[in-house]
Order: sequence, then C-alpha cells, then structure tokens
Amino acid sequence: MANVLVNTDWVAQHGKDAGVRVVEVDVDTTSYDQGHVPGAAGWNWTTELCDTLVRDIVPAKKLEALLGASGIDNKTTIVLYGDNNNWFAAWAFWQLKVYGHDDVRIMDGGRKKWLAEGRDLSTDKPSFAAATYKAGAPDLSLRAFLPEVQQAVAGKKAALVDVRSPQEFSGEILSPPGLPETCQRGGHIPGAKSIPWGKNCNDDGTFKSADDLKALYGAQGITGDQPVIAYCRIGERSSLTWFAMKYLLGFKDVKNYDGSWTEWGNLVGAAVEKP
Amino acid sequence: MKPEDYSRVQQEIGGWAVTVETYKLGDVYHCTIANVDPGARVARADGKTREEAESRAIEKATRYLAQTRKFEV
Repeated sequence: MANVLVNTDWVAQHGKDAGVRVVEVDVDTTSYDQGHVPGAAGWNWTTELCDTLVRDIVPAKKLEALLGASGIDNKTTIVLYGDNNNWFAAWAFWQLKVYGHDDVRIMDGGRKKWLAEGRDLSTDKPSFAAATYKAGAPDLSLRAFLPEVQQAVAGKKAALVDVRSPQEFSGEILSPPGLPETCQRGGHIPGAKSIPWGKNCNDDGTFKSADDLKALYGAQGITGDQPVIAYCRIGERSSLTWFAMKYLLGFKDVKNYDGSWTEWGNLVGAAVEKP
Repeated sequence: MKPEDYSRVQQEIGGWAVTVETYKLGDVYHCTIANVDPGARVARADGKTREEAESRAIEKATRYLAQTRKFEV
C-alpha cells in the first residue's frame, strides 16, 4: 500500500497521536455531526474548501486559517477520510497538495469502512490549540485550467479521462440521478476516455490494488506515458481519480481539471462529443 | 459509541439503482440513499426505527430521482 494510504486500524491506533490530525470531509456535510472518528476535525467543502465568492479552490489565506484553527502546522500528518469512498477527502487532499503540504494521507475505505467495521464514533466537536500554517505557492502542475484542456483537445497532447458515470459521459443525463442539472449540454470533451471514478474502488470503499488499477487504465490506453487530465462535473470525483493515478499508479504528469463539465458543458461554442 | 445494526443494500427506486445505507447511533437510526453510479448522495433521513428512517429517506429519494431527465443519445 502506498504511504499516502492508511487503513482504519492505523487510524484507530494513531489518530490521536501528537503530530497527527484526522479530518473528515463529506459530500453530505451533515454526516460529521451524526458521528465521526473520535478526535477528528470536520471540514465543510461547500464553505471551507473553496472560494465562496469567485469560483475557485480555497484561497491560501483561508486555507491557512482553516488549518491553523484545526491545530495543523506544516509538519502535521493530515489523515483525510469521508463518505462516498472519500470523494471530498480526495478533493481536500488535492488542494493540500496544490498548496504544498508534505504529509497528507487518506484513510482507505473512508467513512463507509469505518461504519461497516462498527468502530467508535463521537459526536463531540474537539477543540484544538491554534497552530500557525504557511501555505506554499500553488503548484499548478497539479491543476488544469480551461485553456490547457482546449489545447489538449486540439493538439492531442494529453489524455483526457472523464470519470463521470457512463450516462453522464454519453449525455443521456446531465447530472448524477437525483441531483440538480448544472450544465446546458450533455456529452463529453472530444477524445476523452470514460473511466468512471467508482472503478478505482472495491465494494468496501478501499482502493483497488495497483495492478488492478494499471489494468483498468491500461485498457483505455492510459499508461502514464503522456500527460493526463482528469475531469468530472465539479472536480471532486476527478480528485479521487487524480489521486489514484498520481499516487497509486505513480503517473508523473496528472492534472485535475476542476472546472470540469460545469465549465465545459456551459461554454458557448465548445465542442461536445456524444458517442 | 459505536454504530449498530449497520446495513448497506442495493435496490431500485424509480428505475435508478441506489444504495441504502442504514445504521443506528445512540437512539437514532440514520439512513442515506445514494445512486449506485456515480455514487452521489440523493437523500438522507433519521428515525427512531430503521423502518422510519428508511421510509423517510426513500420518500425523499423517490421525489428527487423523479426529476432526473433522460435525453436521447
């Protein structure tokens, strides 16, 4: 197992160690209050892990304040976990790497596995001694913006991986079933390969083995020999795929396009492919 | 405290495959319904019993899933 992953046993044993901070980040922002890993902080992706004015990732100063309030300094080992097989835990992981945090890990299996194993939960909100955190300059080698994606389409210089469901990829639906539609057009970015994010995971929420992942991506011609850009609808599912490709498969040049389909699928004049 | 009576089953609501995850924490049952693919949460509800939590969540999920439009491809 790559050292960016820890299992539930490790968290049960070391989650409260000095220098370790466990943080829950969920799609369902009410889950933390229902019960969380004892001692874990809870971050709300809708308010704390983004810029709430401009559409963007969390600004550096805001991240510094969040981490400081969570008792995290630059040397802290941050262990992230969450619901939906760590969707938004991966989103937080990606942003922490963009800002250069060294030791970030994900609890393999996330909240699902912790619950299924009947492990302790707490509804107490822990308080942390404030710490000082200094964010690094954003590492844009991890993040793709629209012009780069457009160039990738035009020049075929990067492989595009669409991690949404097959029905979103085909344009049959415009959003995950039951969720609001957030685009004007359905389909996918021309040339993108469909590798739904869920294929990275086992039924218990843990990541598949590196060999299985290599076979999964290799079957679509995604081998890491060329740059890869992953996208979904808003960038969180593709964070998980980005994590798998970069840290579990060791691809050197992988970017997350967080503009994703809510950007591309709303662009006037953008080319859209439907199978 | 520990989660009790945990279950996670797959079923169909309004033609969509969903997972229904339920567990008891303290005196409250929590139920979350997510679509199988892509795995996004559709609805959640609490109740004093498993049946109450699940029926409330299923009622909400049925309503939300019915709003999903399908397009010809």
